[in-house]
Amino acid sequence: MTEALNKRLDSRPGIAAHQEAPLFTSVDDVSARLAATGYLASPAVATTVFLADRLGKPLLVEGPAGVGKTELAKAVAEVAQARLVRLQCYEGVDESRALYEWNHAKQLLRISAGRDETWDETRTDIFSEEFLLTRPLLTAIRGDDPKVLLIDETDKADVEVEGLLLEVLSDFQVTVPELGTIAATRRPFVVLTSNASRELSEALRRRCLFLHIGFPDEELERRIVRLKVPELDEALAASVVRVVGALRAMDLRKVPSVAETIDWARTLIALGADTLDETVVRDSLGVLLKHHDDVLKATAKLDLDAV
Amino acid sequence: MTAPGVAERLTSLVGALRAHGMRIGTGETVDAAQAVAALGLADRELLREGLAATLLHGPAQRLVFDPVFDLYFPRGIGAPDGEPAGRDDLRDRLAAALAADDRALLGRLAAEAVDGFGGYGNSPEGQGWSSYQALERLRPQTLLARVRESVRARDGASGFTDRLLEDEIRRRIEVFRSMVAVEARRRVAERRDRDELARRAVATTPDRVDFLYAGKLQLAELRRTVQPLARKLATRLAARRRRAARGSIDLRRTLRGSLSTGGVPMKPVLRRRRPFRPELVLLCDVSGSVSGFSDFTMLLVQALHDQFSKVRVFAFVNRIDEVTGLMEHGAADPEGLGARIRAEATLTGWHGSSDYGVALGEFAERHGDAVGPRTTLFVLGDARTNMSDPNLAAVRRITERARRVYWLNPEPRAQWGTGDSAAPDYAELVDMYECRNARQLGALISRLLPV
Repeated sequence: MTEALNKRLDSRPGIAAHQEAPLFTSVDDVSARLAATGYLASPAVATTVFLADRLGKPLLVEGPAGVGKTELAKAVAEVAQARLVRLQCYEGVDESRALYEWNHAKQLLRISAGRDETWDETRTDIFSEEFLLTRPLLTAIRGDDPKVLLIDETDKADVEVEGLLLEVLSDFQVTVPELGTIAATRRPFVVLTSNASRELSEALRRRCLFLHIGFPDEELERRIVRLKVPELDEALAASVVRVVGALRAMDLRKVPSVAETIDWARTLIALGADTLDETVVRDSLGVLLKHHDDVLKATAKLDLDAV
Repeated sequence: MTAPGVAERLTSLVGALRAHGMRIGTGETVDAAQAVAALGLADRELLREGLAATLLHGPAQRLVFDPVFDLYFPRGIGAPDGEPAGRDDLRDRLAAALAADDRALLGRLAAEAVDGFGGYGNSPEGQGWSSYQALERLRPQTLLARVRESVRARDGASGFTDRLLEDEIRRRIEVFRSMVAVEARRRVAERRDRDELARRAVATTPDRVDFLYAGKLQLAELRRTVQPLARKLATRLAARRRRAARGSIDLRRTLRGSLSTGGVPMKPVLRRRRPFRPELVLLCDVSGSVSGFSDFTMLLVQALHDQFSKVRVFAFVNRIDEVTGLMEHGAADPEGLGARIRAEATLTGWHGSSDYGVALGEFAERHGDAVGPRTTLFVLGDARTNMSDPNLAAVRRITERARRVYWLNPEPRAQWGTGDSAAPDYAELVDMYECRNARQLGALISRLLPV
């Protein structure tokens, strides 16, 4: 069984052929270097980033809004000293926005400039790289400098765009009919994010490592809050995180995320609160909870009315 | 690279996950083996995350993956070291660990608890380990007051966050209970066939749990999936609506436009679609046997209410009553919805068992005006009439009025028509679909709901 597995490992394209030095030496190395850029990673995040680098596979990150999915890509780019190429997906994004486009205006100029040439000469000339407008996916696989490709909110794009991504993500190449296939000289580190508002296709998922970033545990969240809001003292940070933890345990329509925890901590600083009490929490609950039903429910459960 | 034992263990882990309905290809297994090679076997938690990253495709699968992983890559082998501790001694140490929230120590105590109190049977074949028995003897839930006092003595009882303490301790106790369950499974796996255990003893993902047999916890789990599912369905409905809006060619206006080009239709004109939002009426059997199913569906429809111009919900056991008002208040408290409906609406007459004939008859008679040519009607129930008249005439009257009528039946198709089930009779009049779990329900709703 092992032999069979190992044989397949060696014969897989890309793994052996691809000989750049890996970004990270170990999982601890990932945590330490991400932390140096201001991103505190949980063990799950660090492990998956390490594997994505080692196996050379794209990383599909899912999770609730505001847990730092996009931030992760930015942090990795900073660590790798790579350029961040970002493709923001939205409903209706298409090939010409994601991949490449011919610069029609320039092509017309070229045609009218070269009046004496034969058509064959002109044709080969106007479909050359000079007239190609590269879009994020093509930009990311061209050139020798290191790059991080961030495909943000993949679930917002239409299903057809996923088909477009498949070739790029599995073989790191793009086929332009007039030019032929352009393969990556240096593989980018790819991060896809999704809010799961639509089920991504099985074919796309199979090509990626899957990472679900949930809410951090109490200790990690305390460190995140202290890092982002250094003015907040240790005891208050602990209380903040405990209250948020209690809110997450309630059955709310929209539970507060890490981004909201940080906002709340900043609000408390702005309000000049040294400790939490009923009045402060009641007045600032709107920062954490975005639905009226949720505010009512939390008020009842936290006994804020009692005073 | 990988030791031979590891490769085999990995493939049987994948086999067990596949048995739970996950689609894992050979490519993923190879990736997982590479992950093992890159991460090494030294740190079990890293290994867990690495395998999860390579093998899983969605967060719901994690609930199945974790217990299966615990079986194939156990924390240790055999009994914990040292003499089994006495009950009082173990409870003392457990209270201290809960107060300090020390997960590693809790894990060791769980191992001791199963070893000391979970064993049953004397003969080697009949011997086993039970988490239920260990927890019954240890009773960690009774430690709540004691832990609370010791935390308060340490940190002081003042401050706003003091009120959160009890719930936090309850959650820690819950963590300990699940650790005991994992440990008991591990010990059982050492004696029995691991593959068999991974298939049977690990609960499946919540969207595959049968509505009719779901326990209280599983129903709570299901309720948590309502909002994400509703969001997904709304996106799917919007896509269907967009496609439907592309419309067909309006021949009259195309020809009219072609006059200016000498009768050649240069510009096709599409028929404009009059925007309208369909109305939805739900008839839900909320009697004990199917209440889990109808509660879940009602919550889902409530979450989708902005997709429709009007949603009306009726509940019945053997009498029918409108509960639309109760649903709107229920948005903040989905858990109490079923209880509130049963308390506030008139659903039963002389007896407490369900009677479809009487309820449907009463609906056709008293609430007939709720159904019009724009209405799509869903009936939710198992069609078990307790041997009374199914009242097909009433159903026929409703079908004539409504745009479409669908019946979602939570029973497996094979059981329709057995015993007191009138399902085949109703199925002749309306489209009846089998709808046993949340996955089927999601698929049906995205297909059947009008756009």
